[in-house]
Amino acid sequence: MKRFSETINVRELLRPIGQMIAFSLGGGAVLSLVVVLLALLLDQTAVGQNLQARYSVSLVTYTLANLPQVLIDGLTIGFVYAAIALGYTMVYGVLEFINFAHSEIFAVGAFVGVEILIALKNAGILSAASLGVAYLILLLALLAGMTASGFLAVAVERIAYRPLRGAPRLVPLISAIGVSFFLQDIIRLVESLTTGQFNRIIPTFGNFDERLIFGQLPLGATTVVLGVQIKSLIVILVAVIMLVGLNYLVNATKIGKAIRAVAQDRPTASLMGIDVNRIISITFLIGGTLGGAAGVLYALKFTRIDPFVGFFPGLKAFTAAVLGGIGNLTGALLGGIVLGLLETFAGAFMSAFTMGAAGAEYKDIFAFGILILVLIFRPNGLMGENVSQKA
Amino acid sequence: MSKRIFALFSLLIAASMLLAACGPAASSTEAPAATTQTIKIATQSPLSGDQSVLGVDIKRGAEMALEQNNAALLALGFKVELTPFDDQANPDTGVANAKQIVSDPAILCGVGHLNSGVMIPSSEEYHNAGLVFVSPGNTNPKITDRGYLEVNRIVGRDDVQGVVGADFANKQGMKSIFIVHDKTAYGQGVAEFFKQEAEKLGMTVTGFEGTEEKANFDSLLTPILASNSDMVFFGGLYPQAGVLFKQAREKGYAGTFMGPDGMDSSALVDIAGPTLLDGGGMVYSTVAGPASVYPGTAKFVADFKAKYNADPQPFSAQSFDSMNICLKAIEEAVKAKGGALPTRTEVANAVRALKDFPGITGTFTFNAIGDPTFASYFVIKVNSADPAKWGENAVIETLSIAPPSK
Amino acid sequence: MFSKEKFQDFLAKLNTGYTPYVLILVHIMIGAIWVYSSPRSNVAFVVFISSLLTLYGLNTNKIFKLSAGLILALVVMPVLGVRNIFYLEIMFQISVFAALSLGLNIVIGFAGLLDLGYVAFYAVGAYLWGFFGSQQFYAIPYAPGIQPSDLPFLLPGDMFYLFIFIAIIVAALTGILLGLPVLRLRGDYLAIVTLGFGEVIRVLANNLDKPWNLTNGPQGITPVQRPTMPQFAVDGFNNFFGGIIGHTVSKADVYNVFFYLLALLVIVTIIQVVSRLNDSKIGRAWTAIREDETAAIAMGIPLVQMKLAAFATGASFAGAMGVLMAASRTFVSPESFSFMQSIGVLTMVILGGTGSIPGVILGAATVTVLNLQILQGFSLYLSQLRQSDAVIPIINFAWKNLSTQLDPAKYQRLLFGAILILMMIFRPAGLIPAARRQRELAADDEE
Repeated sequence: MKRFSETINVRELLRPIGQMIAFSLGGGAVLSLVVVLLALLLDQTAVGQNLQARYSVSLVTYTLANLPQVLIDGLTIGFVYAAIALGYTMVYGVLEFINFAHSEIFAVGAFVGVEILIALKNAGILSAASLGVAYLILLLALLAGMTASGFLAVAVERIAYRPLRGAPRLVPLISAIGVSFFLQDIIRLVESLTTGQFNRIIPTFGNFDERLIFGQLPLGATTVVLGVQIKSLIVILVAVIMLVGLNYLVNATKIGKAIRAVAQDRPTASLMGIDVNRIISITFLIGGTLGGAAGVLYALKFTRIDPFVGFFPGLKAFTAAVLGGIGNLTGALLGGIVLGLLETFAGAFMSAFTMGAAGAEYKDIFAFGILILVLIFRPNGLMGENVSQKA
Repeated sequence: MSKRIFALFSLLIAASMLLAACGPAASSTEAPAATTQTIKIATQSPLSGDQSVLGVDIKRGAEMALEQNNAALLALGFKVELTPFDDQANPDTGVANAKQIVSDPAILCGVGHLNSGVMIPSSEEYHNAGLVFVSPGNTNPKITDRGYLEVNRIVGRDDVQGVVGADFANKQGMKSIFIVHDKTAYGQGVAEFFKQEAEKLGMTVTGFEGTEEKANFDSLLTPILASNSDMVFFGGLYPQAGVLFKQAREKGYAGTFMGPDGMDSSALVDIAGPTLLDGGGMVYSTVAGPASVYPGTAKFVADFKAKYNADPQPFSAQSFDSMNICLKAIEEAVKAKGGALPTRTEVANAVRALKDFPGITGTFTFNAIGDPTFASYFVIKVNSADPAKWGENAVIETLSIAPPSK
Repeated sequence: MFSKEKFQDFLAKLNTGYTPYVLILVHIMIGAIWVYSSPRSNVAFVVFISSLLTLYGLNTNKIFKLSAGLILALVVMPVLGVRNIFYLEIMFQISVFAALSLGLNIVIGFAGLLDLGYVAFYAVGAYLWGFFGSQQFYAIPYAPGIQPSDLPFLLPGDMFYLFIFIAIIVAALTGILLGLPVLRLRGDYLAIVTLGFGEVIRVLANNLDKPWNLTNGPQGITPVQRPTMPQFAVDGFNNFFGGIIGHTVSKADVYNVFFYLLALLVIVTIIQVVSRLNDSKIGRAWTAIREDETAAIAMGIPLVQMKLAAFATGASFAGAMGVLMAASRTFVSPESFSFMQSIGVLTMVILGGTGSIPGVILGAATVTVLNLQILQGFSLYLSQLRQSDAVIPIINFAWKNLSTQLDPAKYQRLLFGAILILMMIFRPAGLIPAARRQRELAADDEE
C-alpha cells in the first residue's frame, strides 16, 4: 500500500483540482460582482424601470435571483469547452499547429457514441436497462467514441500532417482545413448511406435528464427553480477526470516527459533517443481520445448532433484554449471556464441591462471581445508563458 | 530554370483542367435524341454545407414530382430532365449558378431557393433572362414585392404566417408572449410580423431575442423563465427549436410553445420527446395540411420515405408542388403553341395563368406579383411523443389569409 | 528521372525564338473560336482562359504580351461573355477574389501575419455602399421586413464611384483599428483574434437591426443602387459588337460587362500597387518582419507602422471590392461574410503560392473555377447520367440504379477537402511559389 502511494505523484493529481476550484470560484465571483454592481447602479434609472414594467421586479432582485442558476449553467458549458479545448492545446503544445480538424474528430466521437446508443435502443436493451446498467452503457458509448476518435486522429496525422512536418506553418493549417471539410462530408455520406438521417438524436435513458433541485428563489410573480441536471454533473465530472488524468500523464509519467521533451525541442529530443514520430502519434491519440469523449458528452448534454456539429463548439473551444494560453493544459481549463461563464452571463443579463435593445445574440461578441481584450494585456493568454518566435 | 518549370506547370494545369472539365463538356455537346426534345428544369438549393439538410430535400421533392408527373409532357414529345444546382447557401455561388442556368436555353423553369439571401440576387438574373422560378421556401416579402413576372412562390409570406400565429395565440387567450428567432431571414421575418401583430392585438411581448446558438440555450432561458410568459414563439427551424423546447421544459417552463412551418417535421418530437406534450403543449402553423384536407400529402410522405429512406424535411412538399407547377405550366404552354417548344416568356405567363392548381400544400392561383392569392394555414397541435405518429397531429384551427396588397 | 532532362530541353526549345508567339496565338485562337462556336462548353472555356497562363508563362517580348492581354481582356472576353454571361460572371468573381487574395497576401505572404477574418473588411466596404447607396437610411426606424418599399434613396447611384475611394479609406481605417491593439500578438494568437474580429463584424451586420435598423439584419439590404448606365453605352456596344454577338444586347448584359471591366481595372491597379510595394522599402521591411521580427526591430524597422501599413493596405483592397460587389449584386447580406468565406480566400492565397503575386491570382482563379464550374459541372453531368439510360461499361451497371444517397452534387466539399490535402502534400509552396520561397526550397534540396 505504501509503495503504491509512493509511485503516484499525489501533488500532480491534486494540483489541477485545486486550480479548477480556484478558477471557478474566482471567475464566478468576479463576474457576479460586476453584474451586481451594474444592477445596483442602474436600478433607479430607466433601465430598472423598464424591467419593472416588463417583469414587475426590480433589477437588483432580478439579478440576484437569477445569479446562482446562471453561475451553474456557465460552469457547465465552461467545462464542455474546456474538455474540447484540451485536444487543441495538447496538439498545439507539441506541434505548434492549430489542428482545425479537431472539431470533426470531436464530431466523429459524438456520432459513434450516439449510433451505438441508438442501436442499443432499437435492440430494446436501453429501455430495459436498470440505472446501474444505464451508466455502464453510457460508459461503453463514451469508450467507443474515444477509441474511434483516437484512432481517427492518429490516422489523420499520419496521412495529412506528417508529410508536411518541415513545411511552412501555414501549410499544415490548410491541410487541416481540408481534412475538416473532408470529414464533415464523410460523416454525412456514411449517415445518408446507412440511416438516411442528417440529425441524430441521443436516446433518452437512465436518469440523465433528471434535474436535482436545490431550492427556489422568488422572482416577482414567478420563482426561479435552482437546480442542475444529472447529465450536467456527468459532463463536469468526466471533464475533471480527463483534465486530472491528462495533467498526470503529461507531468508525472515517462511518456509525458517524452512529450514535453518533443514539445520543447524536437531535434534534441530525437538525439536523446526519443522516437519523435511515435510521440507525436501518441499526442494525437490522446488529443483525439479526449475529443471523442467530449463529443459523446456534448451529445448527451445537448441531445442533437449533425455532421457539422463540431464547428461552433470547436471554434469556441479553440478560443478558450487561446484565451487561457494555448499549449498550456491548465490554461485550457481556465479559458473554458471564463468563456463559458462570460457567455452565459452575457446571454442571461444583456437584455435586462439594455432594456431589450440587445440580447443573447451578442453573446458571441462578448466571447471574442473579451478574448481580444485579454490578449491586448496578456499577449500569450491568461496562463501562457512567453513563447519564443519560431519560423 | 524557374521559367521552364513554370511553363511545364502551366501546361500541366491546363491539361488537368481540361481533363477535369471533360465530363461536363460531354453533356453540353451531347445531341438530344432525335424523336423527343429535351426540356430541362433547374433546381437551386444548398446541397452541401450545413444547410444541405433542407436543400437536399428541396431537390428531392422536385425530383420525385418530376418522376411521377412527367408523363403528360412525354406524351407531347418532350423529355424532361432535372438539373440540380448547389447554391451552397452563398449568394455568390447562387448568382453564378443562376447565370449558368439562364445561359442554357433548354431550361424553361426552375425551383428554388431555400435562402432569401440567395434568391434575391439570383432572381435578378432570372428576371433579366425571362426564366420563371417557383420558390418553395422563400418567405421574405421582398422576394415578390419587386413585382417580377418570373418570380413566384407557393410558400406563405412572413407577413402572412406571422400574423396567422399571432391571431391564433390571441384566440387562445394568451396574454404574454416571449418571441425567439434564429437570426435568419426566415426566422426573424416571421418573428417580426408575429411581434407586430401581437402588439396590435394587445398582447404583451415580454421579450424579443435572436440567437444563432444551436445547442446551449441555458443563458437565453434565464429571461424566458423570468418573464413567466404564457407562450414562447420560436421563429426558425425544428432542429434548434426542439433543443430549446426540451431545455426550457427541463428547467420548468410550463407554458405553450409555438412555431411556424419550419417546425413541421417528425424529428421535432424525436429531439424534444414528451416535453412537447407537457404543460401547454406545442402548436405550429403550416400550409401542408393533414390527409383529410390534402390526401396527396400523406402519399407524398410515404413515397418520399420509400424512395429516400428518410422523412421529408420542411419545404420538401412545397418543392414537390413547385415542380408540378413548372411541369403543368410547360404543358399548358406547349399545348397553347400546338405542340411546339414554348419560349421562356410563354412558360412564365403560363405559370401566372394557372387557376386553382391542386397541390399537396394548397390550391394555387398566383396574384399579380407571384404570391398565391390566398393561403390556407393550419394550426396543428402535437399529439404524440412518437415520431411515427406525427401525421396524426390534430388540426385545431384553419385560417385562410390573402397576402397584404401593396 | 531519365527523360526529365530531355523533356526540359524540349520545353526550353518551345520557349525560344518565334515558337512561343505562335503557340500563344494558336492557343488564343483555338480557345476563342471554340468558345464562340459552342458557348456552353466548359472545356472550351477552360482552354480559353488557360491561354492567359500560356501568355504569362511563355517567353515573349513585353509589348506583345501587353497588347495580346489587352485585346483578350477588353475585346474577346466581353464578346464571348455576352454570348454566355456565366463566363463573364466567372471572370468577375475571379477578379473579385483575386483582389481579395492579393490583399490577404500582403498581410500573410509579405508581412507574415496570419489573418483568419479578412472577409470583415470586404463586409465593411459592401455595407458602406449598401447603407448609403440604398433606402436603408430612411428605413432606420423600421424593424427588418416591415419597412414600406417606397422610401427614397439617400444618394444617387453615381456616387458609387466616389464610394469606391471612400471604402478604401474606411476599410484601411478599420484595418488600423484592428491592427493597433493586436500588434503585440504573434502567430496563432493573431490568427484567433482576427478570426474573432471577422465574426464580430458578421454578428454586428446580422444584429444591428435593433435598436436602430442600420443593416436590416439577416434579411440584407436590397435594392442597392448601381451607377447609371447611359443608353448610348448600350447602343454603342450593340453597334460595335452586335454583329459578332448575334443577338441584341440588353442593358443588364452591358451591366455585366461594365462590372467585369471595372473589376479588371481595380485588379490591374492593385497588381501595380502590390508589385511596386513589394519591391519598395516597405516591402523589404515586411519581408524582414516576416522572417524574424526581433532582428527586424534590431535593424531599425518601425515595427508598428509597418504592420499597420500591411493591415491597412490589405484591408483597403477588400473594401473597394466590397463596394463593387454590393453594386453588382444590388444586394448585401451577412451570409456573404461568413468565416467560410475567409477560409476560402485564405485557401486561394496558400494554394496559389503565399507571397507570389501571379500565384495568388492563379489560386483565386483555380478555386473559383473549381467551385463554380468544374465541381458543379461534374455533378450535373453525373445527375444527367442518372436520368439517362446509360450504363457503366465493363461492369454493365445502369447509372439509374445508383443509390439516390450517392449524389455527387452533395459532396462538393469532400472533393474540395481532398484536393486541399493533396495539394498541400505534393505542392506545399503553392501553384506558383514566390521567387524567394523557390530560392529557399532550392537551398533545402542542396542540404
